[in-house]
Amino acid sequence: MLKTIMAVAACATLALGAGSAAQATDISGAGATFPAPVYAKWAETYKAQTGTAVNYQAIGSGGGIKQIKAKTVEFGATDKPLKADELAASGLFQFPTVMGGVVPVINVPGVGPGQVRLTGALLGAIYLGEIKKWNDPHITAINKGVNLPGLPITVVHRSDGSGTSFVYTNYLALKNATWKAKVGASDSVEWPAGIGGKGNDGVAAVVKQTIGSIGYVEYAYAKQNHMTYTKLQAAAGGFVDPTAANFAAAASHGQWSAAQGFYLLLLDQPGANSWPITAATFILVYKQQPNAAVGSTILKFFDWAYKQGDPQAAQLDYVPLPANVKALVRKAWLDVKGPDGKPIYVSH
Amino acid sequence: MSAVDAAFVRRSPPKGAGFDPIFKWTCAFAATVLLASLTGIVIALAIGGAPAFAKFGFGFFTNSHWNPVTEVYGAEGPIVGTLISAILALIFSLPIAFGVAVFLVEFCPGPLRRPIGVAVELLAGIPSIVYGMWGLFVFAPLFAQYVQLPLMTAAPPGSIWDTLTQGTPNGANIFTASIILAIMILPYMAAVLRDLFLTVPVHLRESGYGMGSTTFEVITSITLPYVRRSAIGAVMLGLGRALGETMAVTFVIGNSHLLPKSLFDSGSTIASTIANEFNESTTDMHTASLIALGLVLFLITFVVLAIARALLGADKTA
Repeated sequence: MLKTIMAVAACATLALGAGSAAQATDISGAGATFPAPVYAKWAETYKAQTGTAVNYQAIGSGGGIKQIKAKTVEFGATDKPLKADELAASGLFQFPTVMGGVVPVINVPGVGPGQVRLTGALLGAIYLGEIKKWNDPHITAINKGVNLPGLPITVVHRSDGSGTSFVYTNYLALKNATWKAKVGASDSVEWPAGIGGKGNDGVAAVVKQTIGSIGYVEYAYAKQNHMTYTKLQAAAGGFVDPTAANFAAAASHGQWSAAQGFYLLLLDQPGANSWPITAATFILVYKQQPNAAVGSTILKFFDWAYKQGDPQAAQLDYVPLPANVKALVRKAWLDVKGPDGKPIYVSH
Repeated sequence: MSAVDAAFVRRSPPKGAGFDPIFKWTCAFAATVLLASLTGIVIALAIGGAPAFAKFGFGFFTNSHWNPVTEVYGAEGPIVGTLISAILALIFSLPIAFGVAVFLVEFCPGPLRRPIGVAVELLAGIPSIVYGMWGLFVFAPLFAQYVQLPLMTAAPPGSIWDTLTQGTPNGANIFTASIILAIMILPYMAAVLRDLFLTVPVHLRESGYGMGSTTFEVITSITLPYVRRSAIGAVMLGLGRALGETMAVTFVIGNSHLLPKSLFDSGSTIASTIANEFNESTTDMHTASLIALGLVLFLITFVVLAIARALLGADKTA
């Protein structure tokens, strides 16, 4: 009952958003807020080049999954990939578009960007509230030569459900067994310590205002706001900086071909330079497209983005997918069928 | 003679009298729409929240763990946060709103009255998100530096003040949220109170002054008793707004679902929790729990209004 009401309301909103001049080939999608700026940029350029409008509403990953399942949009977008069995159960097909990284940011007097080194296990202990001071022996042991004060650590996390938190808590659960047992990983969790800020900007504001705090934000946000990021220990053992090149390194080591339904979090990937908290963002479409024209327009748009969209993505501090991943996705697109049972789009 | 009068007095139906039934039914329809939407909202909230109430029972109100991973939801933290922040906001803003209204009505020089009145109304019209941003970026840091830190350091260890002022000195806490709320409901209450004071007949107040009353006596013995009923209504509307305010609170309250341990601890309110999590709630139980929270907020507001009514009733018989 309530779901129907909400679906109808969403429909009405989308219909309004699509405007009156909707053409047959225009497509609409909704979902994750993280890739919204680059999707908007791509849509703008694509419209100028081809005349096809792509309407994207940034309503959040959870909303995107709900909307595509309710069939009120033609594609959904999510930062939180669906597992293969969930995809199969709802007849959905999933593929990655661009990548980003999650970056720990700190506010410790006298410490500059990239000076402090942390490990995943330490981050877990800090977020659990087990390590309470910046001069804790566990931290100083791997930060010789950095003058860390005896300030209490204030933990800052996202208050809203978020794909960023999903990726971050998955990383903590992977590297810290206590975190995995006590808290777990999801887009919102029961945070054992600290205070919540709403959105990347909320977390950034609280971190900037609180001496001794640590938070986590999207890479683009940390970079554009010149925040004090930390180095993290890569799987290979060395400490790496959060840079576009290091995200790309993590992506290139990802076992995409083994990932069913492209379900892959690029956490703690092998390679000396791989940033350990890297993640792609995903698009969801129906495997069996009811309308071949709409389905092929969606895939055509993202194929165009793969071919021509990388510079714009990089300009907005996203990380383009490596070429081998794009090739895999293009091959997998052959599984998306039209009403006649044939692949609706073949990339050339 | 009288027959002529009767014939003379009998009037023909006014022109356009046929419109009256339509007018009547249109008005009745408007009233029905209001009731129907109210009932509809309650039913929708009850149906949507039913799975959460069924699963957690009374524990939904007494458990302070809100855990989306294990799917156990207890709303004690948000409920307590809502009540504390709204009541504190009322305590902060009521005296000031009262002072503003009395000043505007009794003391304000003529030329200033209008500008101040307009300023109050403008303040009431500022969108709450603006208060939230201002609270987060401007007010919270200043509050932390000049109020919270001095209070924390001045509190004798182990005393009740020490307990009340514990927390992270960054300004994102229940106390800050209450102050932001107080600022938000202040102009609203001040404007309504001023309008109420202006409804007091001039001859009543002038009689009071004529008998040698001071302004204070006129306000307390004539103006206030005259508007008491409506004034409590205005205050309750302010409280209602404070209970349901969402964005401004979400920005400054710290958003922790645990039960707040002190005034400077971070907390959450029902509205801020819904705003934070509704978009991204993917599991059915999470959504149901958030809708159940909505119903709880609805009930709290209802109870507040009911208590106000009851107080007014008792007051009337006394």
